Amino acid sequence: MSIKKNSNVTNDAVTEATVINLYAAADKIYPRSTFGFFTKWRWVMIWLTQLVFYGIPWLEWGQRQALLFDLEARRFYIFNLVLYPQDLIYLTGILIISALSLFLFTAIAGRLWCGYTCPQTVYTEIFLWIEAKIEGDRAARMKLDDAPMSAKKLLKKGGKHFAWITFALWTGFTFVGYFSPIRDLGSAVVNLGLGPWETFWIGFYGFATYGNAGFMREQVCKYMCPYARFQSAMFDDDTLIVTYDEKRGEPRGKASLKADMDKSKQGACIDCSLCVQVCPTGIDIRKGLQYECIGCGACADVCDTVMDKMGYERGLVKYSTQHAINLGWNRAQMLRHVLRPRVLIYTAILASIVVALLTSLIMRDSFRVDVVRDRGVMARLADGGMLENVYRLQIMNATETTQRYELSASGIDNLKVESDVADANKTVTVNSAESRWIPVRLQIPDGSVKSGSHHVEFKVRAIESNELVAEKSVFLVPR
Amino acid sequence: MSDFTSSFWPMFITVISVGGVIGCALLLWLTSKIKATSPNGDNTNGHVWDENLREMNNPLPRWWVWMFIITIVFSLFYFAAYPAIGTYAGKLGWTQVNQYEKEMEEANKTIAPLYAKFAAMPVEELAVNAEAKAIGERMFMNNCAQCHGSDAHGSRGFPNLTDKDWIYGGSPEKIAETLTNGRVGMMPPMAAAVGTEDDVKNVAHYVLSLSNSDHDATRATAGKEKFAVCAACHGADGTGNQSIGAPNLADNIWLHGAGEEAIIKRIHEGKVNQMPAQGAKFSPEQIHVLAAYVWGLSNNETK
Repeated sequence: MSIKKNSNVTNDAVTEATVINLYAAADKIYPRSTFGFFTKWRWVMIWLTQLVFYGIPWLEWGQRQALLFDLEARRFYIFNLVLYPQDLIYLTGILIISALSLFLFTAIAGRLWCGYTCPQTVYTEIFLWIEAKIEGDRAARMKLDDAPMSAKKLLKKGGKHFAWITFALWTGFTFVGYFSPIRDLGSAVVNLGLGPWETFWIGFYGFATYGNAGFMREQVCKYMCPYARFQSAMFDDDTLIVTYDEKRGEPRGKASLKADMDKSKQGACIDCSLCVQVCPTGIDIRKGLQYECIGCGACADVCDTVMDKMGYERGLVKYSTQHAINLGWNRAQMLRHVLRPRVLIYTAILASIVVALLTSLIMRDSFRVDVVRDRGVMARLADGGMLENVYRLQIMNATETTQRYELSASGIDNLKVESDVADANKTVTVNSAESRWIPVRLQIPDGSVKSGSHHVEFKVRAIESNELVAEKSVFLVPR
Repeated sequence: MSDFTSSFWPMFITVISVGGVIGCALLLWLTSKIKATSPNGDNTNGHVWDENLREMNNPLPRWWVWMFIITIVFSLFYFAAYPAIGTYAGKLGWTQVNQYEKEMEEANKTIAPLYAKFAAMPVEELAVNAEAKAIGERMFMNNCAQCHGSDAHGSRGFPNLTDKDWIYGGSPEKIAETLTNGRVGMMPPMAAAVGTEDDVKNVAHYVLSLSNSDHDATRATAGKEKFAVCAACHGADGTGNQSIGAPNLADNIWLHGAGEEAIIKRIHEGKVNQMPAQGAKFSPEQIHVLAAYVWGLSNNETK
């Protein structure tokens, strides 16, 4: 938030000058537990994402961990794939796909990611669940916080923090398990033999989980998260958002179960304030769409239970669109507007990038070749009246078995390939997941071509898989 | 800090770092409150732009300010620990150089057991040890290939290391000696001692005849006598002398160019050629591994 000082204005309209403090303590929010359709779906997503997060590092693939980012050796093992730093383009692709998916989901259904799958929401929900199990629901927690310190309060608070920290450390341990083999890490923890960096990162990630899910909560979404702010750029009047049906709800007021709603002038909102009590970001949805709203639907769930109790129709607070609310559209009309240019364009771009990435992964060669001309030698005469150029071929074996590669070159007549490290059939061996420099000499009979630069092409063939990689270079003939 | 010759730079750094911290603290304090009027009591701060654009007062959470304060406090500790103010060296005594030295020391400590194992092995054994060969190859690629070529075949002025021809000797000990101390090869200009321009040409043809290269037999015979001045170093039969680094002229290996013209040029101009010493860069154990690799290039039975 920026505050500009504008002396003109302050001088002009001084009626009653007050000092405003621009920093304020954030009020603690005590979200009430909810039950209902959207809450169920959120828990489905929590289970799904967390089973993936905590489970995947324990999967094995052959003799190794199925998913392992070995930063020290600069190798990323992803099931049957081994990625090198040179494969960074795939990471770029995955990030672009993630961003575009976010755009697409947001355009269709608002902050769906925020409300159901974002780690900040998911861990906050888990921590709230633990908190509710130990300290009780909203009212009990507020009462406990207000109460003076006692043995019972200490026990409850201590128990909660102990459970939180245990869970957070397990999260940190799992996170580090993606970078350092988790089974060895597990035995290192048991034997108290963790390395300094492993200890640091388990602690750091654990602390971040504990702090963000236990204390920062909605503050992260409101003040720290960049996505929360720019997602509004993907919104339009046909985007699904959590809405309050003002026409139906107002004028709000306390109502008796026995009162006949048709006769009274009162709206359906009985002003029970439950929608505010359940809100994890502490807003009142009845004020309309606000930037704090993470689209979790907790208010819709709780309002439906109230409507049921009152015997009113459900959906006073519901997922709807600005257009549907303002123009009174029904569900079919609303769904028809999902397919609008913005959504179609996002879908088309997303689909094409997914296809491109998959194609590229499938077509990916199991080895890479780089050709570098030798820096010390431009051209030289060798035995038998041959003119030779020297090159370094770097062959990176991206497979997990030792491979043999056959070298050949073309581009000039009578071009011969010689290498001291290759055998008689011009084949070289490269160990699994290793790269090796191969010095190679290309020879032509001296005087057989005119002086200058000539294009040549190295061909490297993997003997086992018969894959062929060609790399261009030049052959220099001095005057 | 001692790297600066002018006292301006320590002052400049002091002003920037201290001024930066004070500036941040000042900014934080000055922007914590504003005096404003809010006639309607509607949570606006009284600022109005463009007729009706009013500024709301939504205070920033206080924890955010605490993060700023923590960074300022952190920077004060940083000033005390590291060289951030003037020529003050910092409590930790950290410098780029000693960090580098510490890291090198740690790296050397981790590789020490491996090199200790290699040091106990004779060169003949190391040359066929796959692990030592891979290390030697990488050391060669990074340190030797610039001159001797990636394939170690050399080029004009840079000896081929894969043949059996050695200027200073090809025994493992001699190779290690060459690597450690380097070599300076010096041939003085000999034209004056040889005689007339015709004599020089005759000697050149005699030299060519030693290796059965193309030569004029008459001139070679005439040059044989004048070769005596060359024989002092290259030997009476022209096969050279490894103890002083005089190359063998009787084989068909020409470090500084083959043919009559190139030889005449050498007789006229002489030659100074240098191999730089690597002893300061590598430990004796590393030299041992590298020497074994170089020795193995020409002592390779499978070839």
